[in-house]
Amino acid sequence: MKAVVLVRPKAGILDPQGEAVESSLRHLGFEVGQARVGKVIDLELAAEDEAAARAEIERMCEQLLANPLIESYEIELARE
Amino acid sequence: MKEPEPRIGVLVFPGSQDDRDAAWALGALGAEAVLVWHSEEELPALDAVVLPGGFSYGDYLRCGAIARFSPAMRAVAAFAAEGGLVLGICNGFQILCEAGLLPGALRANASLQFVCRDVTVVVEHAETPFTTRCRPGQELVIPVKHGEGAYHLPPDLPDEQVVLRYLPEENPNGSDANIAGVTNAESNVFGLMPHPEHAVDPLLGSGDGGLLLASLVDSARERLYARA
Repeated sequence: MKAVVLVRPKAGILDPQGEAVESSLRHLGFEVGQARVGKVIDLELAAEDEAAARAEIERMCEQLLANPLIESYEIELARE
Repeated sequence: MKEPEPRIGVLVFPGSQDDRDAAWALGALGAEAVLVWHSEEELPALDAVVLPGGFSYGDYLRCGAIARFSPAMRAVAAFAAEGGLVLGICNGFQILCEAGLLPGALRANASLQFVCRDVTVVVEHAETPFTTRCRPGQELVIPVKHGEGAYHLPPDLPDEQVVLRYLPEENPNGSDANIAGVTNAESNVFGLMPHPEHAVDPLLGSGDGGLLLASLVDSARERLYARA
């Protein structure tokens, strides 16, 4: 099974990278509201059961992939 | 009579940078510094531990996020849990926050620029084992050099744990409440973004960092007496 983990700065946490992207887009003439920049982590998993895979990735996020104090995460699973 | 030398371990991770400077500074201030490689599962007999600056494990994912899982860090966590003195400088501070040994987190500088310059920090609490040689309110000039040093203040951090603050007009990174250094609730673990080991000799710009490290050496020496 493959999974995509999206890690984002939590709402309210200062995101200077997002602010720089936002201001660059405006300079290019795009009308954008707020831009926030996060990370994408593509994973290949041995687990075949969706619930087990999700539970395992949640443990990965809590331990390593995200810092729960300042980041939130979202898990997307995809069967091959 | 010469005072006995406390033994202070300086952890060395792949990518550590300031381990030798920290060891040199501690030696100059009367300690015996021992370098401890990150793969060591046990610490030698030590009176304190320093986690130095640098870019441990390339600082991939988040600064300090991977270093916290090294075998030596498990030993440091056990050392801290028993009341052992632990000082984290810059990357060491980031590692201690990631490991949950200190409250809060360090984010990218608000400017997105790497900052490398002297800053003035104010000693908020002089009674910690890391600040005994300082006066409350004393201003210290110590260099910072980091790209991710903006302190994220957790909502319920007691003021007593905020030991160092940047002068508001000199906040180099957008840290919440101008925070430059914090301790844990028990005050045996301390982390700061400025580099005291780079400010132990006025010839090199400032000797103010020496006050913090000499405080640590004093406190470690008390532990040595307790250990003996």
